[in-house]
Amino acid sequence: MKKDITEIIGFSFISLCMFVTILFLLTIIYFIGINGIKVISWKFLTQQPTNAMTGGGVAPAILGTLYLTLGAIIFSFPLGVICAIYLNEYTPKSYIMNIIRLSINNLAGVPSVVFGLFGLAVFVKYLGFGVSILSGSLTLGILVLPVIISASQEALMAVPHSLREASLALGATKWQTIKKIVLPSALPGILTGIILSIGRVAGETAPILFTAAAFYLKGYPKSIFSQVMALPYHIYALMTEGAHPEQQTAIAYGCALILLCLILFMSIVAIFIRHRQRSHYHAS
Amino acid sequence: MQVKTIIIENRQGYSCNPLDAVKIKAEDVNFFYGKHHVLKGISLEILSNKVTAIIGPSGCGKSTFIRLFNRMYELVPNTILTGRIYLDNMDILGPCVDPTGIRRRIGMVFQKPNPFPKSIFKNISYGLEVNGIKNKGFIEERVVESLKKAALWDEVKDRLYDSALKLSGGQQQRLCIARCLAVRPEVILFDEPCASLDPISTRKIEELILELRKDYTIVVVTHNMQQAARISDYTGFFLLGELIEYDKTEVIFKAPKDKRTEDYITGRFG
Repeated sequence: MKKDITEIIGFSFISLCMFVTILFLLTIIYFIGINGIKVISWKFLTQQPTNAMTGGGVAPAILGTLYLTLGAIIFSFPLGVICAIYLNEYTPKSYIMNIIRLSINNLAGVPSVVFGLFGLAVFVKYLGFGVSILSGSLTLGILVLPVIISASQEALMAVPHSLREASLALGATKWQTIKKIVLPSALPGILTGIILSIGRVAGETAPILFTAAAFYLKGYPKSIFSQVMALPYHIYALMTEGAHPEQQTAIAYGCALILLCLILFMSIVAIFIRHRQRSHYHAS
Repeated sequence: MQVKTIIIENRQGYSCNPLDAVKIKAEDVNFFYGKHHVLKGISLEILSNKVTAIIGPSGCGKSTFIRLFNRMYELVPNTILTGRIYLDNMDILGPCVDPTGIRRRIGMVFQKPNPFPKSIFKNISYGLEVNGIKNKGFIEERVVESLKKAALWDEVKDRLYDSALKLSGGQQQRLCIARCLAVRPEVILFDEPCASLDPISTRKIEELILELRKDYTIVVVTHNMQQAARISDYTGFFLLGELIEYDKTEVIFKAPKDKRTEDYITGRFG
């Protein structure tokens, strides 16, 4: 009997924790949704801001965030996956390797504003890319490299050793084995890493603060060397600057809602690709 | 070159048993995992077109031993190998020898069926593709031929493009054999091929091995002594990294010379 009570208390406590967590999540979504939906309209999604940020739309910021995210992924996806292949397939497990792995994991813990400063120093100033989409994308790309590398490494490690052996025993070379057997098997896992990093990249403010973002720009970016508006930075700017706090707050909620939907949308696309890849790979 | 001639002469000399040629020859092979001495001074000759069984209790080094033949031991770091292994008089451990070339000539079937997560067809064509064969008609022909040789064709001919993972364990193992045959090796190493299979699948694999003996030199590692007795012509008994006895299978099972061999095959330990 006493045991039963402990069981019930234990289970209730665990349920409560779960419930509280979900509650937080739902509250955030509800709060942003309810406040954001008021300003969302076709005009809001497709037009430029007007009247010192108190009217019009946020289309340039949406576009900017898309550009930056895309740029970061284009840069970090191949680099990260190749690094993971190198680390996992080509290097013997040694003391130095452990240090390299540890450093990569530590890179993930570096505050994003530090990456922002790094981007300013290296890409904007030293390499002369200026405050631009390119600098911002590269900075964000470096920020998510550790996420992509560790996800890819885990995916590669999960490929059974027996498959590599089977391939090598048929006279395949190491690279053939990696290209034709290991990578296709690991791809769904690698894409999961990309999904995670898309969310991370799209929502970051600090790394683009000094490297890419502008509060207000007339017109759309013309090349990768243009400055851009971006949703997270736009929210920050709306809440801290300007003379019309009420209207600006409403727009900020609108932006937050769009950002959430954008991340959700990109994740769904990535999940779709992953699913297609997975079923294609196992059935054909 | 000279040695090769002798073999041909040998073939003519023993006309009643024309294929008694040495295919693989191990000379004083020692192998270490780190400081662990796994194989101790093994010398042994494997004859062409025979089934040679390697028996012994778990951990006696028998799997390690056959993995030297196709240089799969190189995948494990921190190992030391001394001695020589010859395939048709070529020293396969030589520094200039390309292991992928050796692996094309010496195929391997593993303990657990390990088909690639691809279609049945792709599983078999893979070995051809990695060896640079692009002719589609040729590949198709070879796939069908290999499946027939592995006694799997009738079961899969209507679903060649289904995932290989949908096959049963025994079918998967025969697929792995077909995959190995497609590359046309000269030697096939079986590393406990029936360890994870049911008795009926095991029988099919054993029949297949006997069938394949006509065209291939076969080495089977097994800890199933009945299996060794059923399918092999020669048997080597390994114990704690040493080759205790190596002889014709009937000799090993009926009149072993060493006390330890007798104890093992009569089930006193193992």
